Amino acid sequence: MWTYLFKRILAVIPVLLVVLVVVFLMLRLTPGDPAANIAGDAATSEDIAELRIELGLEEPLPVQFAIYVRNLLKGDFGESFYYKRPVISMIADGIEPTLSLALFTIVLACLVAVPLGTLAAYKQGTWIDRLVMGFSVVGFSVPVFVIGYILIYFLSVKLDWFPVQGYQHIADGIGGWAYRLVLPSTALSVIFIALIARMTRTSVLEVLSEDYIRTARAKGLPQMKVLLKHALRNAAVPIVTIIGIAIAILISGVVVTESVFVIPGLGLLTLDAIQGRDYPTVQALIILFSVVYVVINLLIDVIYTLLDPRIRY
Amino acid sequence: MTDQFPDESSQQQTAADTAVISAESAEAIEVREQPSVWSRLLRHPSVIIGGLLLTLIVGLVPAAPFLTSLDPTDISPRNRNKPPGFMTVHKDEEGSKYEVKAVMGTDKLGRDVFARVIYGARVSLMVGLCVAFIAVSIGLLIGLLAGYFRLLDAIVMRFMDGLMAIPAILLAIALVSLSGASLFTVIMAIVIPEIPRVVRLVRSIVLSIREEPYVEAAISVGTPTPKILYRHVLPNTIAPLIVQGTFICGSAILLEAILSFLGVGVPPEIPTWGNIMAQGRDLFQIYPHSIFYPGIFLTLTVLAINMLGDGLRDTIDPRMSREF
Repeated sequence: MWTYLFKRILAVIPVLLVVLVVVFLMLRLTPGDPAANIAGDAATSEDIAELRIELGLEEPLPVQFAIYVRNLLKGDFGESFYYKRPVISMIADGIEPTLSLALFTIVLACLVAVPLGTLAAYKQGTWIDRLVMGFSVVGFSVPVFVIGYILIYFLSVKLDWFPVQGYQHIADGIGGWAYRLVLPSTALSVIFIALIARMTRTSVLEVLSEDYIRTARAKGLPQMKVLLKHALRNAAVPIVTIIGIAIAILISGVVVTESVFVIPGLGLLTLDAIQGRDYPTVQALIILFSVVYVVINLLIDVIYTLLDPRIRY
Repeated sequence: MTDQFPDESSQQQTAADTAVISAESAEAIEVREQPSVWSRLLRHPSVIIGGLLLTLIVGLVPAAPFLTSLDPTDISPRNRNKPPGFMTVHKDEEGSKYEVKAVMGTDKLGRDVFARVIYGARVSLMVGLCVAFIAVSIGLLIGLLAGYFRLLDAIVMRFMDGLMAIPAILLAIALVSLSGASLFTVIMAIVIPEIPRVVRLVRSIVLSIREEPYVEAAISVGTPTPKILYRHVLPNTIAPLIVQGTFICGSAILLEAILSFLGVGVPPEIPTWGNIMAQGRDLFQIYPHSIFYPGIFLTLTVLAINMLGDGLRDTIDPRMSREF
């Protein structure tokens, strides 16, 4: 198993290298000059040329890339072209809102979806099952910004139960922080509830047809105990795996949700940076999101091997 | 990662009797039930509902000029921000006035939301179809080559893994905003993140088909490689690709709407569902209609395509797992 884990970790390196090259080239080879953007409309071409040298944009591409990778390895993500601040500190500011939103969403989704999926499997073929599956199909298809606006309109504008937009840092009070996260994380969690409920149902259904479930029932265990102790526990592995897929959806969902609810997290930062051609910030953020994606999937593979003793490599 | 995500439809079958459906048995099922594929398709509830719904929405494309006399891009200051049901006043070419009921209200520039929504179907559906077609074609070509030529495989697949690690939405936003917003760049920006998923699917099919006795037989009698790929490998990719293409079409429509909504999509003067919603954002609290109506159409379209895809997968390709 250790050899497998070692190999699995090594396999991450080429993936990340490709990410670095793609992101770097994408920013350099597309038309548009960040120096001209920064300098503004009043700048002369001499100003812009000077600025290009200052920003290191006049070096040959391979040199720029080498400098970039060397700095990255040193933990230096560069300085934002606009805010003249280290990118790393801008990212640090955005992590709390984004992480809060993501965690809130995942916890909420699991709390709703796992019981829902288990119930659907247990009542297979009944109207409850159909209802849950119907919801799941619809939940996949409603875009998060549509749900977001529906929630805002009815719960904030009409009923005035929640603030329309905005975010409050944990440091300013946990109550307000959680209160302001209710709507955004509800909106974002719909697709995960659909996804996880469906996966849970499939997985529990499969387990329910196993011999040991029949044995457990035959020896007279109460249904609830069979379901929770025998079925759900064995169905857990595929449910954990789904988080690997969920993380990709979560990243795109976070960008859109932050935009709808004006949450000053990494998603909004990315949008601003891309529109302003703030190369160092865009590079750092896309790489950060990709690393998160790769590392979480790596962790899931590892957890998978540890959780399920039947899987041997 | 996605490979490990078990397929639900096949699992329901497996739960009953069989173990994992392997490539061969799936094929056997397909062959056995070949004559009834169409009738099975037409009996599948999600194919029926999804298909009907999609037909209605596709019907909007040719029907748009008959459903409204208004131009979706006509700006009219006197008709700004009118609620649904308001009688808006317009002038025809001779200058005489006539009234039109704004079923879905008007936006902040006085454009008729109903006209914009039904004309918006054109762009959204076109983006979905183009992306599905281009992504499947390119992915098929790369996947066939990567699956068949081992030397190419390692390089191509590492590159695809890397491309897949970049979140699709960020890649698309970056590509559009860096190369300038136009319909073409939006389509290409959505195609690029989809390609690796198609490549992986095609490659996995090629790898399993390559070991089949009939392919080995073809190689041993000296059939040229292009002919093997065309005759034996390609037909096996069609059913999974139709299913995959359907899901790509749905997610492309969604992604186009997201890009336009975020202001980095199709140029704002072109009516698309995402653009209509983007333009309704600032006045949303008072005039929610220019967000809700296109949102409903967008949701129904994606829902119809996903239902159709689910049904197609169950019917023509029972072994394929759902990709996202």
